[in-house]
Amino acid sequence: MYGLGIVKGLGVTMKNLVLPSRQFNIYQYPDKKASPIDLAKSANRNPIMFIVSNPIKAIRSLIGLETMKERIPQNPRFRGQEFAWFEQRCTGCASCAKYCPLGIIKIVTDTSGVNQQEGQSYDIEVFDIDMGRCMYCGLCVEACPYDALHMGSGFEEGQYKREDLIIDVNRLKKAEKKPSTWFRPQLTNQNYDPMSGDSATSQQVGRHQKPSKEDQKGQWVNR
Amino acid sequence: MINPIMFIGFYQLAELYQSMLSSIGLNTSVSWLYYGLAAASISFIVINTMVLSTAFYVWFERRTIARFQVRRGPNRHGPFGLFQSFADVIKAIMKENTMPTEADGPVFTVAPIVLIAPTLLIMSVIPFGEKSFLGSLNIGILFIVGVTSINSIAIFMAGWGSRNKYAILGAMRGAAMLISYEIPMAIGITSVLLISGSLAMTAIEESQKIWFIVVMPLGFFVFIVAAIAEMSRTPFDQIEAESELGSGYNTEYSGIKFAVLFLAEFMAPLITSSIVTTLFLGGTQGFDFLPGQIWFILKTFTVVFILLWLRATWPRLRIDQIMSFAWKILFGLGIFNIFLIAVEYTILTESGKSELSKPDMLIMGAINWIVTIIILFVLMNLFGNKKLNRPTPIPSPLANMNPEVD
Repeated sequence: MYGLGIVKGLGVTMKNLVLPSRQFNIYQYPDKKASPIDLAKSANRNPIMFIVSNPIKAIRSLIGLETMKERIPQNPRFRGQEFAWFEQRCTGCASCAKYCPLGIIKIVTDTSGVNQQEGQSYDIEVFDIDMGRCMYCGLCVEACPYDALHMGSGFEEGQYKREDLIIDVNRLKKAEKKPSTWFRPQLTNQNYDPMSGDSATSQQVGRHQKPSKEDQKGQWVNR
Repeated sequence: MINPIMFIGFYQLAELYQSMLSSIGLNTSVSWLYYGLAAASISFIVINTMVLSTAFYVWFERRTIARFQVRRGPNRHGPFGLFQSFADVIKAIMKENTMPTEADGPVFTVAPIVLIAPTLLIMSVIPFGEKSFLGSLNIGILFIVGVTSINSIAIFMAGWGSRNKYAILGAMRGAAMLISYEIPMAIGITSVLLISGSLAMTAIEESQKIWFIVVMPLGFFVFIVAAIAEMSRTPFDQIEAESELGSGYNTEYSGIKFAVLFLAEFMAPLITSSIVTTLFLGGTQGFDFLPGQIWFILKTFTVVFILLWLRATWPRLRIDQIMSFAWKILFGLGIFNIFLIAVEYTILTESGKSELSKPDMLIMGAINWIVTIIILFVLMNLFGNKKLNRPTPIPSPLANMNPEVD
């Protein structure tokens, strides 16, 4: 019968309102309430011992004032806000800047002090990414020929000023390297998970291993 | 919608002012003075409490719809985000009050006021309790129908004044829709008036020995659909269809003017629900353990909740669907409902009595429920069959979906 569909739809939304189990996916850790057992688990302790040793925290959590400190497991392919950049892999070719549809990546390289005969790459003086305008399309990551740039896995980069949203080269160097496995099948093959807490090394993230000196030599000779 | 006026009578306040003035030594025969003072203070209270309750209603609406749609809703300012509306208002007031250079200045400025004034005026005739009302107008419901029709002009003023294509599109749709839906709304009210025999809101309320939603479900259906359209809420929000028109008639508004438009828009559900409560849900009637005002609030809250439920669930209709629904279906249903009620009323009062008794109303209700269910069933099947008998598409020979091996 025509018209029953709208009544069914009303049933669906009413279920959403009434059943708490329907509201599962909207709680992330800053808001998710923690029970005393959750707190004890996060502190790696026996719940009873935890309550006895931290009575104030236990009471606060019972009222609903304590919240979870841990994230919900999220997909390793999530395209996060901060970038994981590996200086050792980057040649300063600026493919990422060229392919960025918004033009928010700025790269300045310095050629002085580089022995190109030895295969050294340029010094990268400026690597600015304006996260305030980034739309997380990931085209810069796809464009990178040396697998130096990766999407991050975080989502909490909120700032009070627009200037603070610009990621500069020093911040990229210092940042923890937890690359998202998006567009990086080699990371998926290694079962690397950025949420596990391990940071990836520059050797790990590449599709191709850099040939050793002997191999390079051998190739040269054989040719 | 907790309103202090519900617990103060107008005449009590007038007497209070009279005694106060006479104690100062003024001539108490000047009746307009203390009536005026009482009216002014009560309107002050009503307007401010309506604005305040709208602020909390906006929070309630956003939270409830968010839960319906598995989201969080405002949850940052204050406990459970209760102060979100106040943050919004402060932000709106501090913002720059922009106006397009090509705009029609006076019309653009006056439009929000024209929109909010009738919405507040309706409050003056709604009885919250036996003695709690601003004015007991003997043409109460006619006044409401007349005053609400100002809305369409205000929305058209806002669209016209802002000299914006999206705004004028929304305003044109709004004018067409609001004027069309006034007719089913008036027809739905007429069927109530046939039984109550009076235009005064208090008299309509007293005549409901059985709630009119039980007596005439078809009239209730026609009225509530038309009322949702009059408020221009989903599924009838063509006036400000966000995904099509930017923001519709209020695209160019900012600052305090936008806040006033927003206020008027969100005050409408509260007021419409109180009208529905008075007309169809028995107003202040209820069991004795709670005062009538509390019953009124509870019923209004229920209607508000149902409106939210509909808004959270249903998508927006197209403008041609809206118009054809008003003229082809709702109009016919309303006329049929009036005819049905008139016939039943004539037959039941043939013996010479002027009022319907309780069993009479129950008989009417039983007949009307059966008729309503049959009509809705037939309508649904009529439309359903039309949709289901669609011819199967013939693939184009050029498409070559199943290439044969040569």
